[in-house]
Amino acid sequence: MTVSGSSVPGMPSMDLLRFATAGSVDDGKSTLIGRLLLDSKSIFEDQMEAVEKTSQSRGYDYTDLALLTDGLRSEREQGITIDVAYRYFATPRRKFIIADTPGHVQYTRNMVTGASTADLGLVLVDARQGLTEQSRRHAVILSLLRVPHLVLAVNKMDLVDYSRDVFEQIQSDFKAFATKLTIPDLTVVPLSALKGDNVVNRSEQMTWYSGQSLLHHLENVHVASDRDLVDTRFPVQYVVRPKSDDYHDYRGYAGRVAGGVLKPGDEVQVLPSGFSTTIKGIDAFDTEIDEAYPPMSVTVRLADDLDVSRGDMICRPQNAPKPSQDIDAMICWMSNEPLRPRQKLAIKHTTRTGRAMVKDIQYRLDVNTLHRDQDTKQLDLNEIGRVHLRTTVPLLCDPYSKNRSTGSFILIDEATGVTVGAGMINAGS
Amino acid sequence: MTTHADYRLSQLDELEAESIHIFREVAAEFEKPVLMFSGGKDSIVMMRLAEKAFFPAKIPFPVLQVDTGYDFPEVIETRDRWVGRLGVRLIIASVEKAISDGIVVDDGKTSRNRLQIGTLLHVIEEEGFTAAFGGGRRDEEKARAKERVYSHRDEFGQWDPKMQRPELWSLYNGRIREGEHMRVFPLSNWTELDIWHYIGAEQIEIPSIYFAHQRRVFERDGMLLSESDNVSIKPTETVEERTVRFRTVGDMTLTGCVQSTASTTAEIIEEIAASRVTERGATRGDDRFSEAAMEDRKREGYF
Ligand SMILES: Nc1nc2c(ncn2[C@@H]2O[C@H](COP(=O)(O)OP(=O)(O)O)[C@@H](O)[C@H]2O)c(=O)[nH]1
Repeated sequence: MTVSGSSVPGMPSMDLLRFATAGSVDDGKSTLIGRLLLDSKSIFEDQMEAVEKTSQSRGYDYTDLALLTDGLRSEREQGITIDVAYRYFATPRRKFIIADTPGHVQYTRNMVTGASTADLGLVLVDARQGLTEQSRRHAVILSLLRVPHLVLAVNKMDLVDYSRDVFEQIQSDFKAFATKLTIPDLTVVPLSALKGDNVVNRSEQMTWYSGQSLLHHLENVHVASDRDLVDTRFPVQYVVRPKSDDYHDYRGYAGRVAGGVLKPGDEVQVLPSGFSTTIKGIDAFDTEIDEAYPPMSVTVRLADDLDVSRGDMICRPQNAPKPSQDIDAMICWMSNEPLRPRQKLAIKHTTRTGRAMVKDIQYRLDVNTLHRDQDTKQLDLNEIGRVHLRTTVPLLCDPYSKNRSTGSFILIDEATGVTVGAGMINAGS
Repeated sequence: MTTHADYRLSQLDELEAESIHIFREVAAEFEKPVLMFSGGKDSIVMMRLAEKAFFPAKIPFPVLQVDTGYDFPEVIETRDRWVGRLGVRLIIASVEKAISDGIVVDDGKTSRNRLQIGTLLHVIEEEGFTAAFGGGRRDEEKARAKERVYSHRDEFGQWDPKMQRPELWSLYNGRIREGEHMRVFPLSNWTELDIWHYIGAEQIEIPSIYFAHQRRVFERDGMLLSESDNVSIKPTETVEERTVRFRTVGDMTLTGCVQSTASTTAEIIEEIAASRVTERGATRGDDRFSEAAMEDRKREGYF
């Protein structure tokens, strides 16, 4: 490990944290993100000038930090943000990618998208309102998407006189609700995005709070152990065959490690054929490396000449996913046209694509109450439900709870080509 | 590769792994991809990543440059060395030729960067490219923050912000219909600083104009522009020699430079870390006309 003495943000040796933000309209999410960007000096002079000008022309008596993250024109005209926007900032400790998912109509779809790649979910609530139906929904989605770390940010503490009681009530309400969910790591922070309390520095207004500031937590939360380093999964993405004089017999299987640690000499099995062989070498560009682990992109060479192609998966002989054509999954539906039994769709899982038919819809999950509606005949836009699919090709799948790469898939409308569903595979598929 | 004791990748290695994954995914799923080479550092970093993605095989797609006729000679030299070393096919689509063929109209008011749009869309259609890699980054501009890695373009090459597909996990949806194509942005999650750190770490050759050099320049609309055969100096403007560097490269008549003595990547990184103006804000004449300029050009099919 190289330790760098420099304090330039974004140094090559530091690691990356991806987090998704969620909050209802006006909870202060844009203000909070604006403040994180501003205080980490990720805002440039020309951007700040533009925001100050707009704030003035709108007659605000303070600079509206929320404008910093304001996006497309149609959205600006409507005064709202739609969709997921990605923001970047870095401190001398870490680089951060924020998936900013604003809350309203298309909400579930956007939040599922933003949460799919997140290591951490940040849920904002307004201290004056406490937990709302929407905050519960945000937590449910983060839990369904198996985002390993959750931060509940109780914002606008300045408007409740920085009251410890208010904070503790919200905290205990949330903890009671969270027992029904899968949230491996929960942190609750009282803050004021507008005034800056507990955002970067610990607040002097809330000496009763013994935890860290939000940024301190984001910089230090331990994410390395969230990845599966035990169960080897290497979906073959592309076959590298140079057909040149120098590399006449070279045949490498390129891909991104989805689980486990691969080493030269490892005994492996290739699915779905089931043939066994050993790893002859692992290449990262022009160097041979000793081990490969998630999320590295490498090229694996095998000892035997097997017929391996895109869509196959390299695993360990005693630890391989079960090929299955009957998939039991939670699906978030993202299209205006509802999902119905017998519907046919294209499916993409790891590097495999095929077709899938909806066999039945077991239930629709009410993301506010966790109630399971078993009488449902269809899934509408932004609804989540448990669905059985039959696929044309066997998928080499793991439960999503075990591996977010080999446990997830997308559904594509074959006529329009649009992504219409996101799936998370249940255990026992 | 900086690996940590606990199987953690450095952020730069993680970005590299993500970009390589994207290159391979496109090569595997699209019939006819092409890499759009703008001459700038971002597209050179793309070439480097593509080189790594397919090594020891050659990059399995050609490189396309839209030649404005006003390109910096230093950029052309660097391009030719890269293309020669990688052994890839280079396609040059000339704006001059597009004008003389009547594909785009030079009304004297439209910038060359803008005329590139029509020229580019014409080659994509003509050659039947189904995917075009671009060097855009989400940190460049507010309107880009919502751009997908795979950005769908309709049969007119247009971008419809309402029709963009949700992008989940790293499962990219590459479905297109006849006549449509996909813009693919493998550097989506890189920031300007990441690009420079990578150029430094990998010792990547980029055009010399990114580094401090002596140049005859004049001021126009608050920008420092280079003297060249293609610009006429107004009587109120004075040309003088200064020590400058470029933060972006493009149409020579519109791309401003900044006064700087940074002559190595390390010095540039220091300068950027301390600098207070975005790349585009500083130096791209064509982005300055309206706040939504970038978004308009994207709709029309700009890079
Ligand atoms: N007093 C106070 N106001 C806040 C705080 N955070 C945000 N606001 C205000 O709440 C309003 C909504 O904030 P905004 O960031 O636009 O909310 P968003 O819809 O969640 O993005 C704005 O007027 C903010 O200035 C806070 O911590 N304290």
